[in-house]
Amino acid sequence: MAMWRQLSRGLRALMHRSEADQEVADEVQHYLEQATQARMAEGLSRAEARRAAQLEIGGVTRVREAVRTSGWEHAIETLFADLRYGARRLRAAPGFTAITILTLAIGIGATTAIFSAVNPILFQPLPYPDAARLVMVWEAFNTGGRQQGTFGMYADLKERARSFESVAVLRPWDPTMTGQDQPERFAGQRVSASYFHVLGVSPALGRDFEAAEDRFGGPRVVLLSDALWRRRFDADRAIIGRPIILDGDPWVVIGVMPRRPENVLAPEAALWAPLQYDLTEYSWGHHLRTVARLKPGIGIGQATSEVDALGRALAKQHRDAYGSNAGFAVHALQDDLTSGIKPALLAILAAVTLVLVIACVNVTNLLLARGVQRRGEFALRAALGAGGKRLVRQMLTESLLHALLGGAVGTVVAMLGVRALIALAPPGLPRLGAIALNGAVFGFGLALTTLIGLAFGVFPALQAANSDPSRELQLSSARTVGAHRTTRGALVIAEVALALVLLVSSGLLLRSLQRLFARDAGFDGSHLLTMEVQVSGHRYDADSTTVRFFQQALDAVQRVPGVSAAALTSQLPLSGDLDEYGVHVELNPTDRVEAGSTFRYGVSPGYIETMHIPLRRGRVFAEHDRAGAPLVALVSESFGRSVLKGMDPIGQRMRIGPTTGAPFTVVGVVGDVKQMSLASGEANAIYVPESQWHFADNPMSLVVKARGDAASLAPAVRRAVWSVDKDQPIVRVAMMADLLAATAAERRFALVLFEAFALAALVLAAAGMYGVLAGSVAERAREIGVRAALGATRGNILALVLRQGLTLTGLGALLGLAGAVAASQAIASMLFGVSRLDPLTYAGVIALLLFVALIACSVPAWRAARVDPMRTLRTE
Amino acid sequence: MDTPGTEVIQGTLDMLILKTLSLQPLHGFGIARRIEQISRGVFKVNPGSLLTALQRLERRGWLSSEWRETENSRRAKYYALTRAGRKQLDAETADWTRRATAIARLLGTEA
Repeated sequence: MAMWRQLSRGLRALMHRSEADQEVADEVQHYLEQATQARMAEGLSRAEARRAAQLEIGGVTRVREAVRTSGWEHAIETLFADLRYGARRLRAAPGFTAITILTLAIGIGATTAIFSAVNPILFQPLPYPDAARLVMVWEAFNTGGRQQGTFGMYADLKERARSFESVAVLRPWDPTMTGQDQPERFAGQRVSASYFHVLGVSPALGRDFEAAEDRFGGPRVVLLSDALWRRRFDADRAIIGRPIILDGDPWVVIGVMPRRPENVLAPEAALWAPLQYDLTEYSWGHHLRTVARLKPGIGIGQATSEVDALGRALAKQHRDAYGSNAGFAVHALQDDLTSGIKPALLAILAAVTLVLVIACVNVTNLLLARGVQRRGEFALRAALGAGGKRLVRQMLTESLLHALLGGAVGTVVAMLGVRALIALAPPGLPRLGAIALNGAVFGFGLALTTLIGLAFGVFPALQAANSDPSRELQLSSARTVGAHRTTRGALVIAEVALALVLLVSSGLLLRSLQRLFARDAGFDGSHLLTMEVQVSGHRYDADSTTVRFFQQALDAVQRVPGVSAAALTSQLPLSGDLDEYGVHVELNPTDRVEAGSTFRYGVSPGYIETMHIPLRRGRVFAEHDRAGAPLVALVSESFGRSVLKGMDPIGQRMRIGPTTGAPFTVVGVVGDVKQMSLASGEANAIYVPESQWHFADNPMSLVVKARGDAASLAPAVRRAVWSVDKDQPIVRVAMMADLLAATAAERRFALVLFEAFALAALVLAAAGMYGVLAGSVAERAREIGVRAALGATRGNILALVLRQGLTLTGLGALLGLAGAVAASQAIASMLFGVSRLDPLTYAGVIALLLFVALIACSVPAWRAARVDPMRTLRTE
Repeated sequence: MDTPGTEVIQGTLDMLILKTLSLQPLHGFGIARRIEQISRGVFKVNPGSLLTALQRLERRGWLSSEWRETENSRRAKYYALTRAGRKQLDAETADWTRRATAIARLLGTEA
């Protein structure tokens, strides 16, 4: 009740201020009259009585003010007055306001966006219970390399490693679902039954795999991802227990995995089935990824030494199974996932921090300049009776207004930034789904910039409140000594230096990318359409039908109008395919040369020509190199160099994979092709006719050379394949040019961000430079006028200002160079074909910086040169 | 104003106002006068503090106010004690008596 009365009375006073004021005034007036009458009753004259009464009351206005300011509503009124005044001040200087708010927004927004993206990838624990205990296990070589595990290794680890609570393996599985309107191929995984148990995730619906299901020939059961369940099965809970047709067989859906936590090991996986490894086959193929959960209290180091020793012991026991010189390596799952992208992300993080620093420096600079300009205003307000508290409060309000507006615009920048980051993200970026706007970082950025705003905004107000107003008022009349000029000069130098660091870094990245794309991929990717074709279903159980299908499909594609050439290959360069075999060359019956991992391409005749891979020696494949004919192979130039060491490759006999059976005879040498990425070094490669290979490769990639626009051929080519069998899925339709560009996606990602940051830094530095020079010209107008009056030409004065600006730039550039040399270390791993001290980059960047600085200086310089000596002298 | 000892003891102004109004409704000057008279000039009330206090007490709901004609037919704002105000006065009086007794005891003026 009392609370209500407080509120309603206060509100009424707020709403009807003049009425409320009138009431107070009446009451005070009445009081005065009563007091006067009382005095008159004591015998004083009316005038004397009134004087005495007024004396006693102590001033009618003061009483009125006292009553008026006693309610809670007064605090609000003052706040609104401050806000109104603050807003008016901001509007009065739109340029200053816009630059300040934009600077704040860029600083806060960019930092928030980057931290939001990097946080879940690098810093947040993975979304699994006790995620720190999750590790990946690899077979490691003494040379530092590593490779995927084998089923034998999984069995050995499960049985003998004591550091692990549980171990699981997984391998990709791409089944095709039929029985619905359209065949669709899914990305899936075959996993050991323990897989989800190791991760600590349970199905949201249904049940997990049972150990008994994970045996060769076990029941066909499958777990669906939440996304697939919703997309293809309308989130129907009754799907549990029902079969779906995958690769022609019925698989019973036993459960649906939850949407979260996301699957970090295979984010695209739509379904999972038990591994059901065929132990009657060779169990030492390196095609399984191994993930394990450490026992509580066991560290990575401890596990590594135990497991590595185990690996070395096993390698001695089974020489045929484990490579010589091999042990096991244990890596934290998170490090494993992020190791590739981590240097780039850390460099980007450092870059955005620099942007934030530059933004802070810029705001400081702006506020210092503003403070100097407003000294007169503060002095005037102090002279009119504003107390120190009131002035500081006003500045607090203005600073908070800045921060609020900057924060609001910054939120927009951050949200757009996060969206752009996700759109730009290279394919290898893990945990993309977990990226969300990070409130903590936003708060940090906002708090930091607000504090800076407060510190540098309140300082001049305090100064004004504590000094003699009359002196300040005099000083402010255009004769202000630039007390802060040195500080502001130093700040501009810092900005220039920081901007240079970012410019050099992005310059180096740009040159790297140019170098990369100038690299020869080893084939001609122009007008080249690629797609992956897979056969599935029991119709293709026999290799011969698979081979026939691909042969017929290829024939059909070659007949499509506009196709100049077409061929098939078991692995496509730059597509992410990775198919390596051990190869040994039999120099003579007793002497063998081992070639380590070698890329193996099973191709149709015509592949080398379609791809325009140069033939160096011998011949390419012909139609007569078919099944039953003598086995032939082509080798890459680097294979010839590194394995055969100068011997003539032509006529050499070699075995690829199994050590038994008939050897392949080398009939030609072709140029090297970049398989993994443009940046990768030379890799050994061999080509065999698909029809002569040990088994029928499936899926195969189709490469189609078009006479004109290759992209427009895609529908016709697809129809041609489906004319042979309409149930076979075609995926990964892409232009080779796009695949080429995609191999540099990570570098391009880093480059785009660095360019954006460098641009922001350059603009901020230029704005800072302009601000300082413009302020200095305004302050020195009198001096400049005197100089002009004494005979200085416009050229002299122009040079005077330019010299000041270029001195700041020069000092900043010198500092920045040192910083850039140091900083380039951080991006060294992202550079390609360019030294981190590349003189061309440094020179170019400095030229750009000087050019921008010159523009920033020229406006104030021009203004200085146009100062009319008569006018400035007359104002004295 | 400078005469020592005429300031109302800190924190007691509210109680003095409530007490004064417990006898009859009064306007601002009347309250000040009454306090001065009854305290035989020991307490002089500052009008600023008085009017501020009146606004505060009214907002707390201890006083009600009303503009009405004075005896010499002027308009004045009269304040009266509400029921809540009376309760508050009792509470404050009890509290004050307790404290004053304790102080008197400490100063040895009461056995």
